Amino acid sequence: MIWLNVIVSGVLLGGFYALFACGLSLMFGVMKIINLAHGDMAVVAGYTAVFLVPKFHLPEVWSFLVVVPIFALLGYVVQRTLLQKSIDRDPFTTLLVTFGLSVVIENLLLEIYTANAQSINIGSLISKSFAVNSTIYVSYLSLTVLIVSIVVLGALQLFLSKTSTGRQIRAVSDDREAAQLCGTNYRHIFGIASALAFATVALAGIAYGMYSSISPTAGGVNLLFAFETVVIGGIGSLWGTLVGGMLLGIAQMFGAHFNEQYQVLAGNILFLVVLAIRPRGLFGKKVVMS
Amino acid sequence: MSDSEVPDAHHLLEVANLTIYHGQLRAVDDVSFFLDKSDVLAIIGANGAGKSTLLRTIAGLHIQTSGSIMNDGVEISKLRTFRRVRRGISLVPEGRRLFPSLTLEENIQVGAQKAADGPFNIAAVYELFAWMPERRRQKVGQLSGGEQQSVAIARALVANPKVLMIDEVSLGLAPIVIERIYEFLPKIVNEGIGVLLVEQDVSQALAVATRVHCLLEGTTSLTGTPSELSSQAIEAAYFGTIHSTPTSETT
Repeated sequence: MIWLNVIVSGVLLGGFYALFACGLSLMFGVMKIINLAHGDMAVVAGYTAVFLVPKFHLPEVWSFLVVVPIFALLGYVVQRTLLQKSIDRDPFTTLLVTFGLSVVIENLLLEIYTANAQSINIGSLISKSFAVNSTIYVSYLSLTVLIVSIVVLGALQLFLSKTSTGRQIRAVSDDREAAQLCGTNYRHIFGIASALAFATVALAGIAYGMYSSISPTAGGVNLLFAFETVVIGGIGSLWGTLVGGMLLGIAQMFGAHFNEQYQVLAGNILFLVVLAIRPRGLFGKKVVMS
Repeated sequence: MSDSEVPDAHHLLEVANLTIYHGQLRAVDDVSFFLDKSDVLAIIGANGAGKSTLLRTIAGLHIQTSGSIMNDGVEISKLRTFRRVRRGISLVPEGRRLFPSLTLEENIQVGAQKAADGPFNIAAVYELFAWMPERRRQKVGQLSGGEQQSVAIARALVANPKVLMIDEVSLGLAPIVIERIYEFLPKIVNEGIGVLLVEQDVSQALAVATRVHCLLEGTTSLTGTPSELSSQAIEAAYFGTIHSTPTSETT
């Protein structure tokens, strides 16, 4: 029963990691961008929920109604203005640009909000849970985040497979030049993909702010977990991201079961094993850098 | 009248004194020609003659060093590729360049997304290539080379282009397959589409073209109609074995 508890806790944590990582996976899958500012964007979303949303007189639990649209717009603008210029050069420029963006965001947050940690107030929901049996308790918040994660990934999958814009995103991801020859403005499509990625990272940032306290320097660790999730699940595969998140969560809970200090270590070991055995991840496609 | 001496009336496509560099290499040097409705202009030449570079530049995938590209009297050199497609200039690229993660039908739907008004839609290309409806849900990687080439042509056709450029349609395909693919050509020419064809198989090009433009190391070595060009003159222009002056072309 103890191991079942470990698995349940891991799956619930994995839902959060998957939500965190799906934007990273989408940006890499479509644009071949590894966004090193991904974790920092989530932190910015958390801070936006803490400081901006009260001005709209909304309960903080509903902050996503404001933050997600803002981030979608921000994603489109950042892609069209900053990232597109670096994509037009080479992948290493993109890495440098997103790294620079990460540093700038972190320092701006420190300057504006100081190093004091903040959290999104969701009242008693933070501690409410229900018992599955005498040893397994499931937190409502964790379950909600897992459900949100599955819904978001499912909606993204449906959008990509069933809509005209989704088809164009997949076409651009396959062959940018050929897509242009079909009349597709790939820069606009990249902008839409970025908007989606930023919208999901906003959700993840809000979830993070509800789970625990956020600080300006929290982006780096979150980026690491998101990156591990994407690599384990498979680059460019959305359902792979969900599975990757869950496996990472289970590995971490497994490590934590023996000693709390082993939690992150166990996840890192799983990440390294997957990298060594199957570098493209469990559900990933072969990626050719253009 | 030579290709570069054109009357004031607007051609569907008019390329004038086009020079294109690949880094330090001059791939195309001072090339001029034009294309009108229902024309089939075959660009022939050996490997490295600059044929594909020429088509890619007209499509907007390369930027020319000098010269102009006019479409219906409008300079389009500064337009991005997708805008040129929306003006009616489509390229079926060398190597087909289909989208492997998409099905046959999805590939064609991507081509149809920004389609202009015209005779071709998905139903019309399914009539043109009758085998397609049955296999429309298959990933394009599961199709044969000839079938993939047909999908690439169908994907370009559903945009209802005014100018259709086809790069190396027969490359790597069996003669019987090539023959079958070329069956579509008269049907689209009848719709008024101008076709710019790059073809290494000279006999095939001469069989379908209304005019021929031969390139040798990036420069024009011969122009004319298939009926007025002798096989010796074509061979000389193609391989550069004898110095030949570009012939005049009747229009």
